Order: sequence, then C-alpha cells, then structure tokens
Amino acid sequence: MNEFFRVLTDNWDLYFKGFSTTVNLFLNAAAGSLVLGTLLGAMRVSPIPALRAFGAAYVNIVRNTPLTLVFALLVFAVPKLNVNIDYLPTARIALVVYTSAFVCEVVRSGVNTVAPGQAEAARALGMTFDQVLRSIVLPQAFRSMVPPMMSVLIAMLKNTTIAAGFSVLEAGAIPFYMSERGEPQFAVLLWITIGFLILIIPLVFLQRFLERKWAVAR
Amino acid sequence: MRITRMAALAAIATLALAPAACGKEGTPTSGGGNASGGAQSDTCQSSGATFTPATDANVAGSPAFQKIKSAGKVVVGVKFDQPNLGYKDAQGKRCGFDIEVAQYIASKLGVDPAKIEYKEIASANRETAIKGGEIDYYVGTYSITDKRKKDVSFAGPYFVAGQDLLVRKDDSSITGKDTLKGKKVCSATGSTPIQRVRDEGLTEPENIVEFKTYSECVSQLLDKKVDAVTTDDAILKGYAAQNSDELKVVGKPFSTEKYGIGLPKDDKALRDFINDQIEAAFKDGTWQKIYDGTLGKSGSTATPPSLERY
Amino acid sequence: MSARSELASPPARARKAAGTSQATVLYDLPGPRARRRNAIIGAVAIVGIAAVIAFVAYRFWATGQFEARKWEQFTYKAIQRELLAGLWATLKAAGIATVLALLFGALFASARLSDKWLLRAPATFVVELFRAIPLLILIFFGYYVPLQYGWPLPKMWALVIGLTLYNGSVLAEIFRAGINAVPRGQSESAYAIGLRKNQVLRLILLPQAVRAMLPAIVSQLVVLLKDTALGFIITYPELLFVGKQIGGRLTFGLPYVPTYLIIAAIYIGICGMLSVLAWWLQRRMGRARRTAAGVVPIRDFGDGDAGPL
Repeated sequence: MNEFFRVLTDNWDLYFKGFSTTVNLFLNAAAGSLVLGTLLGAMRVSPIPALRAFGAAYVNIVRNTPLTLVFALLVFAVPKLNVNIDYLPTARIALVVYTSAFVCEVVRSGVNTVAPGQAEAARALGMTFDQVLRSIVLPQAFRSMVPPMMSVLIAMLKNTTIAAGFSVLEAGAIPFYMSERGEPQFAVLLWITIGFLILIIPLVFLQRFLERKWAVAR
Repeated sequence: MRITRMAALAAIATLALAPAACGKEGTPTSGGGNASGGAQSDTCQSSGATFTPATDANVAGSPAFQKIKSAGKVVVGVKFDQPNLGYKDAQGKRCGFDIEVAQYIASKLGVDPAKIEYKEIASANRETAIKGGEIDYYVGTYSITDKRKKDVSFAGPYFVAGQDLLVRKDDSSITGKDTLKGKKVCSATGSTPIQRVRDEGLTEPENIVEFKTYSECVSQLLDKKVDAVTTDDAILKGYAAQNSDELKVVGKPFSTEKYGIGLPKDDKALRDFINDQIEAAFKDGTWQKIYDGTLGKSGSTATPPSLERY
Repeated sequence: MSARSELASPPARARKAAGTSQATVLYDLPGPRARRRNAIIGAVAIVGIAAVIAFVAYRFWATGQFEARKWEQFTYKAIQRELLAGLWATLKAAGIATVLALLFGALFASARLSDKWLLRAPATFVVELFRAIPLLILIFFGYYVPLQYGWPLPKMWALVIGLTLYNGSVLAEIFRAGINAVPRGQSESAYAIGLRKNQVLRLILLPQAVRAMLPAIVSQLVVLLKDTALGFIITYPELLFVGKQIGGRLTFGLPYVPTYLIIAAIYIGICGMLSVLAWWLQRRMGRARRTAAGVVPIRDFGDGDAGPL
C-alpha cells in the first residue's frame, strides 16, 4: 500500500505535467470543436445543396476514420503543405477535426427534435433561414442537445490520450516514462485511472443533472 | 431506391479494394523519381555468415534455457526499422547486425535460427517485456546502463556506439551537442539518448520530441519539424547512407553506448554462457564477418569491444 | 421516437424539392431570387472547397508525394500481402472483441436489469467504471499488468481485453435501454397472463428490443473496429502499424503520406459499409410498425459514438 502511494508522490511532477496537458488539450479542443461542429451542423441543415453535401461528406469521412489515423495524417502530411505547427497545437487540431463531426451530428439531431410546426409558424411570419435557426429552433434544440453533447465531450476527454503516440506529454504518455523509471505499471495505471475518474465523474453528474432538469421541462 | 443505391456504393467500394489482389511479384526497389538519395535496394541481404545449431547445447542452472529447450524455439525482441541493424523488408525478411547476433546466439543455444520468433518491442517497453517473460532475450541497440541493470541483466557488450546527431545536409548550425539549445531534438520514447538530452539539459524540455520509432523522427527531420535526430551513430549512419543527398551525421559522438543482450535479471548461468559465445565470435572472426556484411555497409569499420562480465 | 419521426414528415412536395426531410422544416421553398442567391453561395462554397483541395493536392505534388517511387511499392505483391496481413490482424482482433463484447454486454445488461440489489449494484459499478476509463489505458492494463506479474499475454489479447471491457460496457447500456424502451404495459400484461420472468424477457421483451437496438449496436461495432487502430501503440501488427512500417522505409522516400492515405481509404471503406448498414437498419426499424419499442437512437450513446475511446 505504501508502495502504491509512493508511486504517486515520487512521480508527482510527471502526473501533474501529464494531467495539466490533458486538461489544456481538452478545454481548447472542446471550444474548437463546439464552434466548428456547430458551423458544420448549420451547413447540414442549410438550404444550399453544396454546403449540405460538404457537411455530409465531412461527417461521413471523419466519423469512419480512426482518430489515430487523423493524428497520423496531421503529423506526417500537414508539413508537406508548408505549414509548421508544433505538436501540442497539432493534437488540438486533430481532436477538433475529429470531434466536430460528432458535434455536428448532435446539432443536427437536436434541430430535428424541435416540432416542425414551430419552424413553420416562424416561416409564416416571414423569418429567414438564419432567423428561424437563431431565434426559434436553436434555443429550443439546445436543451435536447446538451446531454449528448456532454457525452461527446466526455469521449473527447478520453480521446486526448491518443496524443501520447504523437509526441505530446499528456496523461496517456505517463506509462512510457514510468516504464523508463522502472515503476510498477499496475500502480502507475491505477493512478492514471483515478485521475481520469476525478475529471470525468463531475462531467457525468453534470450531464445527468442537466438531462433530468430539462427532461421535465419538455 | 435508396437501398439499391447504397448497395451499389458498397459494390463499388468492394471493387475499389479488389485490385489489391493482383500485383507484381518480387521486391520493389527504389526506382523512378530519384529526387533524393542514392537508389538502394530495400531487400534484406545477410552477411553470408552461417549459423548451425549446436546439438549438445546445455546451460546448467538456467531457467530461461530450460524454457527455450522445452519450447524448441526462442522468442527474441528486436527492432524492425533500423537499416543495417534491425530491419524488416517488404518481404517480411529480417536482416542487420543485431538480427544476426540474435541468430548466432540462438544457434549456440541449440535452436535453428529459422525457428526464431521475432517480436517488435518498443524502446519504452523493453524492461517490462524481459521481466515479464514476453521474450527470451533482446537484441536491439540496447545500451547497458546501471539503471537498467536493476530490472534486467546484460551479456556483452557486443558493440560500442556513441550518441550522435543526424541533421539536414544544408544545416550548418548544429555542430555538436552544445549547439542544440533552442533546436528541436527528436528520438525514440524511452531510449537512452533522449534521457541524456533531458538529464543534461541539452535543449529545452518543450523542444524534446518523441516518437515510437526513429523513422518517424527522420521523417519529421526532413519535413523541418525537428532540427536533429539523436541516437547512436551506428543507427544514424544507416539512415544517412540511405539518403545521403539530404541527411548527414554530425560525427562528434558524445557518449559511449555499450550494446548488450538483454536477459532476465537473475539468470547468471545464461549470461555467462552467452558471454562465452560472444567471446568465441570475437576470436574466430564470426563477429567481424557479421559486422562487415551488415553495419560495415553504412561506411565504417570497427573491431570487437571487450566484454564486461559481472 | 417513432411518433416523432412521423410528425416530422414535412409535406411531400417540399421534401422532393430539398432532398432531405429535416432541412425543409427550416426554410420555405426557395423562390427565384432565393434560388439565385443560393446558387451563388453554393458556387462560392464549391470554388472555396475546390481551392483548398487543389492547394493540398498541389503541395503534395510539389513535395513529391505523388512521385512514382513513393507509390510504386504498392503495386508489388509483397507490400499488398503486408497490407492484407495488417487488415487481417485488424479484423481478427475486431471479430474476437465483437463476440466477447456482445457477451459481456448481455451479461451485464441482464445483471443491471435484475431485481436483486446484489447483482445490480456491482454490475452498475463495473459498467460505469469501464465507460469512464480511456480505452488506451485499458489496453495498457491488459498489456503491462500481466507482464508485471510474469504472465505475458499475446498483444492481440491485451488489445481484445481493452476493447471488450470498454465496448462491452457501452453495449450493456444499449441493451438495457433497448429492453427499457418496450412499453411497461407489455411486460405487465405478460405477467398478468402468467408468464414467468424469463419467459417475459425471452418471448416479449427481447424480440422487440433487439429490433430497436440493432442500429445502435452496429454503430458501436464500427467504433470497436476503428478502435483496433490503437493496437499500434503496443506494437500489435494491425493495419496502422503495418502502415508505419511501410511508411518508414527510407529507401522509398519515407512514403508516410501515400501509405496513410491508402489506409484511411480502407478504413473508410469498411466502416462506411457498416455505417450504411446501421443507417439502413435504423430506417427500416423506424418504419416498421410491428414493434412497440422505439428505436434506440444511435446518437444517445455519446460515449460510444464519439469514437475511439
């Protein structure tokens, strides 16, 4: 048992660094994918066929590609475009590119939950597409979007560990360094698990709380 | 309607994958479009040394040997992406200095080299893999260090290398280990060279880049995402030889890396036995033959190192 | 769910005009001016997207990604065999993990649905726990921990264990939701005519629930298949790992880009077919009036649908 705690206290520097990078990645990528995902979602319900087609193509391609491969392509193919992005920003971009496909789908199905009569009534008042979306549909759709959106974000938090394979020292990379330091991996991994539980449990509770709160209101 | 359209799409997708079933026989050589690097064959070639399995092999008091003997095969941890050291070609054939050393030892343990089961172990997992018995021994540019001796034991050294730097040919700003400040330095996760860069503060922590394999580092070097790849000169020379138009080795080694054969920690009998075999190979010219036919092709000469028994 | 989708049906005329049923709710059929405006925005968008694609293609060309020597190796049988071996390793791990995850899911879903507290509580704990741990960490557990105790596990099993625990837990939730989606009245009336608990489950609930769950299950299996790509991190020779080997050959000018593009195409092809199956099942199930249970929406199992972990 002492051994178990020693693993944490002896390697506190590494755990702290790893998890702060994880949180940093998560917050940045969450903001980015909410913006890009909402934009894509708007494209998918827009009146312009070209945008709809683009949104659909984006979602279907990205969703069927493993995130690891998205990372690999960004790390090895993007330099060929003559842009030099550091590894942490690259990881953020990879997570945004991937997660926004899922955010887009949440937005789209959220929009679909609003009773069509509402949008029809708004249109009867002469509102344009973006007025309908902005003042009538999205405010209502938002409630039904929150729980699945939280799920997407929780999944993304866990997805940040993939950056470990692409030169980002976040929580998922800790085992490599511990192997180097000769620490018992079981204890090392348990502490990482505990770290993730600490991050994820509040999010899950928030999700359930919002779900319950807004389920009643509907 | 929709369904048939989807079925048609699926059919097209299958067709698109189908051509994978036909192709040219033989091995590809880097032919057309010779924009960078001398054309080299990717095909593995052995040094020509032959290893006949010993019929009377016995290592008294070695649990690892008993395991090998009863299994009739040995499981060896190796690298797969280091030209002339531990390499796997497109045919799945393996070659290189480390591979032949592994084969030599297997033959001395009474196992036909053809019966070696190779396992690719990432640098960061070597100790765990030896301790846990996933492999019987490890031959793959594995430096003998005191820290590692706490977890595993080493026979050898069978080769001595030094940490060096691989840079782009047109880069004259990096001339040695003290010119790395502010430069991005790449190496394999869990390798000794990257630990040295970290421990000696050769560059800032945020400029240390780590990948699982050295080839990924080399790719990043050519893409200008990192400025230097650091590891042992023996490895780097292999890369430089394969792409001499764009890459060069700085050539000022700043460490001594003694390559050992990673073994289970408390198996002294096996360690002594393998040391004896390495010593014999030093003396009877086998070592030299293997070296000249593999690592020597990267353009350097070497003589056998002296063993460190313990 | 089914009621909602019925409501959502817009007038047939509008649907015809816009192609997709949801979109038309939000805007009127475009008149001549709107059509012109839409055409202009559409054209600008197409030009913009085409420009980006052209730029990427140009840069790839300029940096020699389309050079013959980077692609030539893929015309050889040896390389194709390597790729096929990688694909086989991927499909093998995915196949085994699928079977095990379905079993795991069924087991824990039934435990969570049990009326015995002693079964329900631990099952809930296990399912919630494994859904909260990143898959990568689960795979590390499967790889490092047995090694630490001198009991090495083949890498494939380390991967399969991780995939099973995570996806099994998500599937358990899908199963539970599927059973719960059958209206209470059905099981109540079944009990009322004297059926026993397992008869109710077997004869009344499952046949309806399975139909409702099928799309969600298939789409979770897509996630599982994609997740096998994490095997590369413990050097399991799956498709992506093979790609790294091929891409890392300096003699061919480090063809990472061509190799990863080919591998992406393979993944998109296979997962795309499964996704189409899921989507088709959902449509079919949604249309069928024979079941009282609403279709378990694919999207509501967010943990799963946001991918690998």
